[in-house]
Amino acid sequence: MASLLKIENLCVAVDDKLILKGVNLEVRQGEIHALMGPNGSGKSTLAYALMGHPKYEIVEGNISVDGASLNELEPDARARMGLFLAFQYPVTIPGVKVADFLRHAVSNVRNPNRKEGEGLIPMRDFRKELKSRMEELGIDLEFARRYLNDGFSGGEKKRMEILQLAMLRPKFAILDETDSGLDSDAVRFVSEAISRLSGPDMAIVIITHHERLLEFNVPQQTHVMLAGRIVEDGDARLAHELHDQGYAGIRARHPAIAAEEQEETAARQPGAAVGARG
Amino acid sequence: MSTELKTAFENEVGVGDYQYGFHDPIDKYVFTARKGLDRDIVAQISEMKGEPAWMREFRLHALEIFFSKPMPHWGGNLTELDFQNIHYYVKASQSQEKSWDDVPEDIRKTYDRLGIPEAEKKHLAGVKAQYESEVVYGSLQEDLAKQGVIFTDTDSALRDHPDLFREYFGTVIPSGDNKFAALNSAVWSGGSFIYVPKGVKIDFPLQAYFRINSENMGQFERTLIIVDEGASVHYVEGCTAPTYSSESLHSAVVEIIVKRNARCRYTTIQNWSNNVYNLVTKRAMAYGDSLMEWVDGNLGSRLTMKYPAIYLMEPGARGETLSIAFAGPGQHQDAGAKMVHCAPNTYSRIISKSISKGGGRSSYRGLAKVVKGAASCKSNVVCDALILDSASRSDTYPYIEIERDDVTIEHEASVSKISEEQLFYLMSRGLTEAEAASMIVTGFIEPLVKELPMEYAVEMNKLIELQMEGSVG
Repeated sequence: MASLLKIENLCVAVDDKLILKGVNLEVRQGEIHALMGPNGSGKSTLAYALMGHPKYEIVEGNISVDGASLNELEPDARARMGLFLAFQYPVTIPGVKVADFLRHAVSNVRNPNRKEGEGLIPMRDFRKELKSRMEELGIDLEFARRYLNDGFSGGEKKRMEILQLAMLRPKFAILDETDSGLDSDAVRFVSEAISRLSGPDMAIVIITHHERLLEFNVPQQTHVMLAGRIVEDGDARLAHELHDQGYAGIRARHPAIAAEEQEETAARQPGAAVGARG
Repeated sequence: MSTELKTAFENEVGVGDYQYGFHDPIDKYVFTARKGLDRDIVAQISEMKGEPAWMREFRLHALEIFFSKPMPHWGGNLTELDFQNIHYYVKASQSQEKSWDDVPEDIRKTYDRLGIPEAEKKHLAGVKAQYESEVVYGSLQEDLAKQGVIFTDTDSALRDHPDLFREYFGTVIPSGDNKFAALNSAVWSGGSFIYVPKGVKIDFPLQAYFRINSENMGQFERTLIIVDEGASVHYVEGCTAPTYSSESLHSAVVEIIVKRNARCRYTTIQNWSNNVYNLVTKRAMAYGDSLMEWVDGNLGSRLTMKYPAIYLMEPGARGETLSIAFAGPGQHQDAGAKMVHCAPNTYSRIISKSISKGGGRSSYRGLAKVVKGAASCKSNVVCDALILDSASRSDTYPYIEIERDDVTIEHEASVSKISEEQLFYLMSRGLTEAEAASMIVTGFIEPLVKELPMEYAVEMNKLIELQMEGSVG
């Protein structure tokens, strides 16, 4: 049976400031969702809160997979339950080789009961699998021996996120602006790669400003965030409309929340011009 | 939430249990000097060893220097070190053996647990095992002996190679160099003596293993290595001790002469228990176009003060020091390197990485010096410190003394904390917090560890993991 990721009335604070104000969302294994919204509307906050970043405090509400709450779980436990976040800005881990890191990660995620210090998955099998995933994704095999994200270009970092996705095969993948900062060829490449990886066993939540990713990965559902809430749901047409017309229509349809957004933006940047980009 | 993370981190990444903290019974020892230090003790050591008169005088003279010099007021805290509460000479077995089977059982078992005989079979050209004050086991591959290589304990060298010994002993580090060099000169016992003849290149490492077993023990090995022209050698030393509540003292002197076109690498993996004061003087003289390398790993001890030095004596000499220090709870690693450019066109490089955890303190203390006549020298110093929690501390004390202006001296230093974002990234891929922290630390020292021969790289990583994971080996 398809697993269900359920987000109920999720309220999240960062440094005691409330960012998410009651988000509700259901994602089933195998579905593709687009999560859109202007800058500062809470998309990345939702992604980080789902993955369990320690600075993102759940003050109310619940995140669960098949009824089991994730609220109190550490990020590694969530990863073992099948969550994955492709980072917008992956960090560099100097001195840690991609292959060593991934073998450890894959061992833990595929064997959720593995205790620290227990054996990793066999080297030969792992190497073989890594090699074929890298070939499929057009990643130079030399990257396996490089230090994680160290000296990688923006595009290489994003490909590395997709490689991790391919190796870890999560039930729920959240892609946080995986297409940002890439030229159009790279976006096309990443889009195709994601489309090949997705299937009935994987749900994908795509956080994006661009169309391209959604052309190859047509969402069944589109959600629009504004000032820490999901204000509208629709299908692929909604994503298309937002891409063409920006968020003016959304703000017009939700004037009270748009006003709240304006206040928050002003508070964040005192003296700066108000107004978020579309 | 972030304080929770910190607490969880500090709990999980707890103190690694020291796996070498066991000790053997001492009732079968051949001789244990009474505690304390005076002329009688020094004379007694010399007499028991049957030394020539000049060495006895050398020792007694050094003792006077030791008493006359004040305790260093820099570096670490030495106020709790009581010189009169230490046994300066302890002999556990009657003689040095050539076969492990002949080594007394308790001692042999200890070395088995440390994995020495096994390592010897696999990848070592020769081994010395020093237990307390004396070397209890020694071996050297036959073909090396035939080529004239000498690898013996320093006491035997004084007896068997008196001329060679006297030509070099005390020439690199005179007794008056510092208080602890004077102490070692007065009470030295054991250590390795190596002579590699001209042009002989030794492919596999020679290893010495130093073990302190009894409480309030002072170990004062004296090592002298002479690498003749065009020869090369890699010497490795490891050190452990049992965990006791009162202190022991390890104060070695290591002198190295690297002649023209020769090469010497000296690797230390120091893993003393946390009650050992480790106060060591190490210095090499590197002659024309030679290469001297110190690879210095400091994981254990209560306080380590050690700054391996290289004097670049003739043009073309190169010196390199790679230093890793790990300071855990109650530990202070005051370590670094000295490079003294005494000739033109000499090159030096210092790379230092330190990790402080659980209230530990690590200090980098280094000297880059260029004398007046040394034109066109280059020196490069990089030191990076990683601090794992707010209770820990790191300091950098770089000293640069240059007496001319046509030299290139580079110094870079960085201090970083283990970042929450790095931890989160790795944990989001399924690594536990401890695994993630351990991986970040392993990555931090990777550029140094990859310089080690495979076996020691594995050993170093294993030791770091033990420190990080709190598991028992």
